[in-house]
Amino acid sequence: MYMYDDFDAAFVRGRVAEFRDQVARRLDGTLSEAEFLPIRLKNGLYLQLHAYMLRIAVPYGTLDSRKMRQLAYIADRWDKGYGHFTTRTNIQFNWPKLKDVPDILDALADVDMHAIQTSGNCIRNVTADHFAGAAADEIEDPRPTAELLRQWSTDHPEFAWLGRKFKIAVIASEHDRAVLKSHDIGVRIVRGVADEPGYEIFVGGGLGRTPMVAKQIRSFLPKAHLLPYLESILQVYNLQGRRDNKYKARIKILVHETGIDRFRELVETRFQEKLPQFNGVNQKILRRIEGSFVPPAFEAAQPMPPVLGAGLQSWIDTNVAAHRLDHYGIVTVSLKGIGETPGDASSDQMRLLADLAEEYAHDELRVSHEQNIVLPHVPRRHLPAIYDRLKAAGLATANIGLISDIIACPGMDYCALATARSIPVAQQIAERFHELGLEHEIGPMKIKISGCINACGHHHVGHIGILGLDRAGVENYQITLGGDGTETTVIGERAGPGFSYDEIVPAIERIVSAYLDVRTDPEETFIECFRRVGMTPFKEALYPPEEARSNAA
Amino acid sequence: MTTIVTGNGISGDDWADRDVFAFDCFWNGQELPEEPLAVAFPNDREAADLVPWLDRIGLIVVDFPAFSDGRGFSVARRLRELGYRGRLRASGPLVSDQLRAALKVGFDEVAVAPSVAARQPASHWKVGAQESYQDRIAV
Amino acid sequence: MAKKFNPKMATGNDLLEGDVVYFSDGRWTRVIGEAELALSPEAEADLLGRASQFPNQVVGVYLTDVKLDDAGRAVPAHFREDFRMLGPSNRPEHGRAGQGA
Ligand code: SF4
Repeated sequence: MYMYDDFDAAFVRGRVAEFRDQVARRLDGTLSEAEFLPIRLKNGLYLQLHAYMLRIAVPYGTLDSRKMRQLAYIADRWDKGYGHFTTRTNIQFNWPKLKDVPDILDALADVDMHAIQTSGNCIRNVTADHFAGAAADEIEDPRPTAELLRQWSTDHPEFAWLGRKFKIAVIASEHDRAVLKSHDIGVRIVRGVADEPGYEIFVGGGLGRTPMVAKQIRSFLPKAHLLPYLESILQVYNLQGRRDNKYKARIKILVHETGIDRFRELVETRFQEKLPQFNGVNQKILRRIEGSFVPPAFEAAQPMPPVLGAGLQSWIDTNVAAHRLDHYGIVTVSLKGIGETPGDASSDQMRLLADLAEEYAHDELRVSHEQNIVLPHVPRRHLPAIYDRLKAAGLATANIGLISDIIACPGMDYCALATARSIPVAQQIAERFHELGLEHEIGPMKIKISGCINACGHHHVGHIGILGLDRAGVENYQITLGGDGTETTVIGERAGPGFSYDEIVPAIERIVSAYLDVRTDPEETFIECFRRVGMTPFKEALYPPEEARSNAA
Repeated sequence: MTTIVTGNGISGDDWADRDVFAFDCFWNGQELPEEPLAVAFPNDREAADLVPWLDRIGLIVVDFPAFSDGRGFSVARRLRELGYRGRLRASGPLVSDQLRAALKVGFDEVAVAPSVAARQPASHWKVGAQESYQDRIAV
Repeated sequence: MAKKFNPKMATGNDLLEGDVVYFSDGRWTRVIGEAELALSPEAEADLLGRASQFPNQVVGVYLTDVKLDDAGRAVPAHFREDFRMLGPSNRPEHGRAGQGA
């Protein structure tokens, strides 16, 4: 865990004081609303439908018990007792008052946290693989790189007023658990010819109105060159990215319109100019960062208590992934209780998660982009005890990777930009398939729901994607199929005309029964089946001829 | 009168009675007076184009059409990277909260738009002594 | 034929609290039933003009269509305004609906 040094602490406090002053100037009118808006966004503060919303950064998704308890405290003291974990591995509070926000930011600074650059047209909070440090397949822990990028991008004077938001993710394995290729810049740690670690760089990914898969711009970048290389990309983007149209202002459009080869040339030219002026990263700082992510003091293997209940066994099978050590497991705690709001946690649940991390799991927690909480280092012998405590708090849902483990953005229940609701659709789908008892029969399935074209719910990369729209004043849901957010990223294909709020759950049910009908055997997953048979059987299931419909009814 | 803000406070514009030439003055055959020259730099032009003339220029005024249009910050950084050592001014409706970034990327001063100057007194235009993350991580 | 005119109200969010507020004859109220209605295009422009006079109190002011219920009270014409009026549908207890407003 990275702990703030004096510089970090003073910096974050300085920013809190600055924001306190900005709020005062907004209230006395010396800052206009137009001027205050981007300033508050850069401090994580939105105005939603019913209230302000404060988005707090959880850099590369990493938390410890102290931080998690402080989030619980904030939820109780200044909000309504719960928070919402997002697909950017941040947490949002939905009910803060403007006048309280500086105090909330101070409370965050008390535990080495902040809300800086969680919104606005700047470099956003850097994300990483949520299994970092625990996965067997990683080359090294991606978080030192992510922390270096957090520091480099924080209050970067040149890139604080970009044409649009800018998201960076870092992973260190072949297998992509962080949707790398939907980021403006994706950094993947790879090994070079002499086995030395370096970076493969992707650029121009993004979901939203024009979804694009990021393209490789550099197959290998020496580690020491990361900052000048990223500055080169950002500088080309800042100067040449479009500013005439909000929907064409992301770097993906520049890369697309310029062509990746020409764009690479521009970046490399800039990079060759910058490199001689760059004297390298301060080694003392770098070593301190690297030293902050050493593995915990793992215990020696000890006997595992017998697994007695079927519930425990099912939870272990579904929610516990392999750790780099055999006698450890990576536990994903589902924030997708059947009928609950995906990604929401109450303050009591946050405190329980903090307790479990502290008592059993080397005091580490992660937020995953799939809106769940991960305990990355759990000795397997503790699994029964953890399960019992989770169960008592309603957090033992055994559904990771299954049809009820749905990503859903806040949608029109909170978000001012929404065109339809997402949350109740997710709730109803989870409830329906739970009632049918089909979750395990269906197997691995990723449903992702966004409440507008901005695609915060990653619907384009869902095996089944659902996009909520407003069609002549009525909620309408468009389905995409075959999306994939892993190393083989694919943007899903639109199935056809949308469905009303009342029709969307039955439509999903028809897709699933078509899958169960056409799969070769239970081992063939939905996405494998879709790749084999294509859209046709699903289209037929979704849009049966009029007659078949009325007969079925 | 234009208000000029630097890291040291507010002053008037000491270039006010001299001309500021358009970016294209070097190419359009225009007769240019004695040096040093002041040049207006639109934020969508290429900084490298000015390189042959940099030592004839005493002031580059980079235009900010809106405070939220941050291209000027990269223009300044680039001019400095290309070796320009003369005065560099940001001009437009920047707000006081942007002064720190402006100075960091290489601007010497900000010419504040009257619409902003009317609301933001001198006391708002302060930088603080804070070191930046970029200063600390790069040697 | 002229398009049928939809009555409008002016709404926004309270700067300090963030709450949804409606404009009513020179002041802002949290009670939708008190919202002032514009019943003609001229009245609409006038309403927006007057509602925009409070930049340091209310932000994001806009006009939205209303329907009249049987008792002649203003209710939102669009579902987005229903949510703004009532609060999140997944946690109705946290919105206005839960507070009996
Ligand atoms: S996808 Fe749209 S509705 Fe959902 S959170 Fe993002 S902006 Fe809001």
